[in-house]
Amino acid sequence: MTASTLFEKVWQAHEVVPETADAPAVLYIDLHLVHEVTSPQAFSALRSLQLPVRRPDRTLATMDHSTPTLSDQVFGRVPIKVDAAAKQVRQLEQNAAEFGVELFGLKDARRGIVHVISPELGASRPGMTIVCGDSHTSTHGAFGALAFGIGSTEVGHVLATQCLLQRKPKTFAVNVEGRLTAGVTAKDLILAIIGRVGVSGGTGHVFEYRGSTIRALSMEERMTVCNMSIEAGARAGMIAPDEITFDYLKGRPRAPAGRDWDLAFERWTLLKSDADAAFDRCVDIDAAAIEPMITYGTNPGMVVPITAAIPDSAGDAVADKALGYMGFHGGDAMLGKPVNTVFIGSCTNGRLTDLQAAATVLKGRKVAAGVHLLIVPGSQQVKRDAEAAGLADIFKTAGADWRESGCSMCLGMNGDTVAAGQYSLSTSNRNFEGRQGAGARTLLASPLTAAASAVRGRITDPRELM
Amino acid sequence: MQPLKRVHSRTVVLPLTNVDTDQIIPARFLTTTTREGLGRQLFSDWRYRADGTQNADFVLNRPEARGCEVLVAGRNFGCGSSREHAPWALLDYGIRAVISTEIADIFRGNALKNGLLPVTVDESIAAWLLAHPGASVTVDLESASLALPTGVSVAFQIDAFARHCLLHGIDQLGYLRGKLPEIERYESMHASS
Repeated sequence: MTASTLFEKVWQAHEVVPETADAPAVLYIDLHLVHEVTSPQAFSALRSLQLPVRRPDRTLATMDHSTPTLSDQVFGRVPIKVDAAAKQVRQLEQNAAEFGVELFGLKDARRGIVHVISPELGASRPGMTIVCGDSHTSTHGAFGALAFGIGSTEVGHVLATQCLLQRKPKTFAVNVEGRLTAGVTAKDLILAIIGRVGVSGGTGHVFEYRGSTIRALSMEERMTVCNMSIEAGARAGMIAPDEITFDYLKGRPRAPAGRDWDLAFERWTLLKSDADAAFDRCVDIDAAAIEPMITYGTNPGMVVPITAAIPDSAGDAVADKALGYMGFHGGDAMLGKPVNTVFIGSCTNGRLTDLQAAATVLKGRKVAAGVHLLIVPGSQQVKRDAEAAGLADIFKTAGADWRESGCSMCLGMNGDTVAAGQYSLSTSNRNFEGRQGAGARTLLASPLTAAASAVRGRITDPRELM
Repeated sequence: MQPLKRVHSRTVVLPLTNVDTDQIIPARFLTTTTREGLGRQLFSDWRYRADGTQNADFVLNRPEARGCEVLVAGRNFGCGSSREHAPWALLDYGIRAVISTEIADIFRGNALKNGLLPVTVDESIAAWLLAHPGASVTVDLESASLALPTGVSVAFQIDAFARHCLLHGIDQLGYLRGKLPEIERYESMHASS
């Protein structure tokens, strides 16, 4: 048998029909996550063809993108302010009921961002294929699953057949060695990787993050890394499961138990790339050299160490446009630039450990005058855990705005937006023009950098406040 | 789906790299539950000023862009979000083919499922197209080739299956449902996961 990579093992185990020159593979999907924004058209397609959802038991729906984060709107004490969003919420409730799909609805204690709740439940597991109509589905690759985002037509395909037509992507090893230094987080690591590989460097490939640095990361940190694989253009990102993965999963509500656990564990331990497996491409990253990172432009590849200056665009029209949008100039230092809004949350950095990191900086400090610090837990479970651990009190005492879970300010479609021209330091994943609201200027960074910058009201190296 | 053989049109040129799907259709317009009518919001933040008036400087708002069905853009078009609203918006507006040196994976897949042709060309062809907005080109799906008005014709890569489906108006879901016996056999052999 030839040596194979982790990706190839998972792919091969899910080939219902292998690909040929004339036809893509029929790939079996173990878990289909559904949310309110990209599913309505898919359910409509099923309805018009009079087809049922073939495997409701492999389908899990929640609402996160367009949902409000203000308690009164979430719990129905006042109407949802964004009318079209309210309609999407109702539509998903109807679709789930009609097609028999399990739904964690707006008031459900298990609701949250789809990429936060599935791991939390133990529903995302090693060796699975997981899809969702959302590009950050790559998050679940942290468990050694093959997880990727799909469009709404494909959502319909999976609902109707539990399969997808797919061409096999190529493999790309991202080798990270060495220790991250104090104040440098998984978010800084993935931003550094994107800066190195470029925003389209991974196109057509599935990343496998490997090496001593990756092995040392917690599951939450691994999720942050895999989450942003798509920002380097990769189809997915994977990390081989290990003891850290198994410890995370054990005892979770939907993880196997008893003898099923033993059987699963046996299979999971085989899920790693063979020592002599060949990758189509690779890159080597030195973790010890990474500093806290921050973006300065309008895509996640336009990123620098926080202590650095903005690269000189030297008349490059695209870079000029990005800097013009941001109101920055080549040669400007990033440190000290003012921020108006700070957002801590999202499927990238909305987990309990992210909030704990922010709290270490915010404890006993105050948010600078004129800065709006919005902290949005990734799920209702994260919210409860953060409240029980006293984090919410630290945030509120510091002057932060503490909300119900959801995608919130990561994308301006739920009422949480940044005003035109304002600077938003955000722990989310995209700094595209208008992503957080028309005209909003987004700077991506870690929860530590976000918290430190909220305290100073300016872009601040978190190591100064640690 | 209607069979699609070729697109013949003048080009409209957007000379930017990494045009992401948030630019093609901003998230605040994704609160729709249908796929129709998104053309009005295509490139909304570039096409319209904050007060809602048209930005006359933006390429799609220039008189010569009217009726153009082929969009030429810089490298890595369609990166970012998986929203299928991006090809829906382009098609609803009237764009039927996108040409770039590189097209993002998810966008490409979504485009092919909706009859929007993603055409990748090499740097020299892209440079010529970027320098000649309004050129009359033919994207021929049957021969998988792009013909320029200079007489040059170049082949482009397109997945054979997607091409076959588009040429014959075949719905991929119908094909996939034809594999249900194999899917059931797979499921019976892999009861747990």
